[in-house]
Amino acid sequence: MSDSVAREARLIALGGNPNVGKSTIFNSLTGLKQHTGNWPGKTVSGARGEYRYLRRAYTLVDLPGTYSLAARSAEEEVARDFLMSGNADAVVIVCDATCLERSLRLVYQAMEITPRVIVCVNLLDEARKKGIVLDLTALERVLGLPVTGVSARSGEGLEGLTELIRKLTENEIAPAPIHASAACGTQYAETGDPQDQIARTLVAAAEKAAQAAMLTPPCHSACERERRADALLTGRFTGIPLMLLLLCGLFWLTLTGANAPSRALSAVLFRGQDVLYDWMGQLHAAGWLRDVLVLGVYRTLAWVVSVMLPPMAIFFPLFTILEDFGYLPRVAFTLDRCFCRAKACGKQALTMCMVSITLLYAPAYGDMLAIHLYGGNQTADEQTPCL
Amino acid sequence: MSQNLSELRVGETACITALRVTGEMRRRLQDLGLVEGTQIQCALKSPSGDPAAYQVRGATIALRREDARNILVQ
Repeated sequence: MSDSVAREARLIALGGNPNVGKSTIFNSLTGLKQHTGNWPGKTVSGARGEYRYLRRAYTLVDLPGTYSLAARSAEEEVARDFLMSGNADAVVIVCDATCLERSLRLVYQAMEITPRVIVCVNLLDEARKKGIVLDLTALERVLGLPVTGVSARSGEGLEGLTELIRKLTENEIAPAPIHASAACGTQYAETGDPQDQIARTLVAAAEKAAQAAMLTPPCHSACERERRADALLTGRFTGIPLMLLLLCGLFWLTLTGANAPSRALSAVLFRGQDVLYDWMGQLHAAGWLRDVLVLGVYRTLAWVVSVMLPPMAIFFPLFTILEDFGYLPRVAFTLDRCFCRAKACGKQALTMCMVSITLLYAPAYGDMLAIHLYGGNQTADEQTPCL
Repeated sequence: MSQNLSELRVGETACITALRVTGEMRRRLQDLGLVEGTQIQCALKSPSGDPAAYQVRGATIALRREDARNILVQ
């Protein structure tokens, strides 16, 4: 084996259900060497990054999360088209250890398209918390595909994954996938809806495989805890008040917490404006140029940064914490009915939250615009928006 | 005794007998593992009663009443 770095990077596709930790794995492997954007001609976003392992370069493509490869939505279309294009040297399907059966349905669909599939069982730490113990060797036997377990959040098992990817792309291992129909022993009948038969076979195969892999099912107490929390969060009398409390609390924290940093930031930046103004005066720069650059460009930038940076720096991390706790789907669940009446759906409640925080600062924008249009010789202090 | 999924009360379990819908919704339901013979349990109802959350094949999914009405169970 030559020591030189291989000139061609291997293309690895990363697929899986939504929220299984694909992006965590993607970010852990590629670090900052990635760029995100939209898939060509689509409104679906994707990411592509690179990592090096044992002197070889690998390009990782983060496919959108899907529950199926049947191409009924834009995300599914993108995922399926990419896999069918044959460009990928290997496909890693990331599975959720706490919901293995659902993830395996996608694995069975992927193996219909290509045999070069690696099954990566993620969220092992979450599974452990619920008392779930999996037998990945048994899963490997049932699927006929290489299987590895990781806990992407802690980084556990990632080296094993990159090693497995290397072995597959260098043909050191050859997967022999056992398709769903073979696993179930079904023979497709000539009568009856073929799609129904295919779906039933897929579901049955995933069920069998998940059962083979499950050494210990989730413990009762963990499920109970979750059920009790859900009953509280979505209950008839407690659901909406709790939701209002949490969301309003979030907004309140953002608005009050951002005041002092905003003031401090604007004091510093507007002092900088004065310095810049004087400096340009000393350089005998043209009056109009000085006004455009300092009073126009710099002042606007200073204003936007001091008004918007602190609240965004507070709101989005807190919102992400809510998301990590799994609370956001409960919000969509609770509000779905009234959003449907408005011809929208519950998911849009979350978009509304994120947009509202920007709208709350509309008065500050109005202020800024008025000062620019109608003159502003205010000091830095007066220019700071207060909420 | 055939009823539909939306009639299931919180905590009740049933077995799916048929999907009374065709086309894309049928495929979506099948993608979620809702096929004949599947055990399904009503886990939660939202404050307005619609949608409801169901435990099926190890996952919790939410279905609107209009969709749950088309899933026959017993």
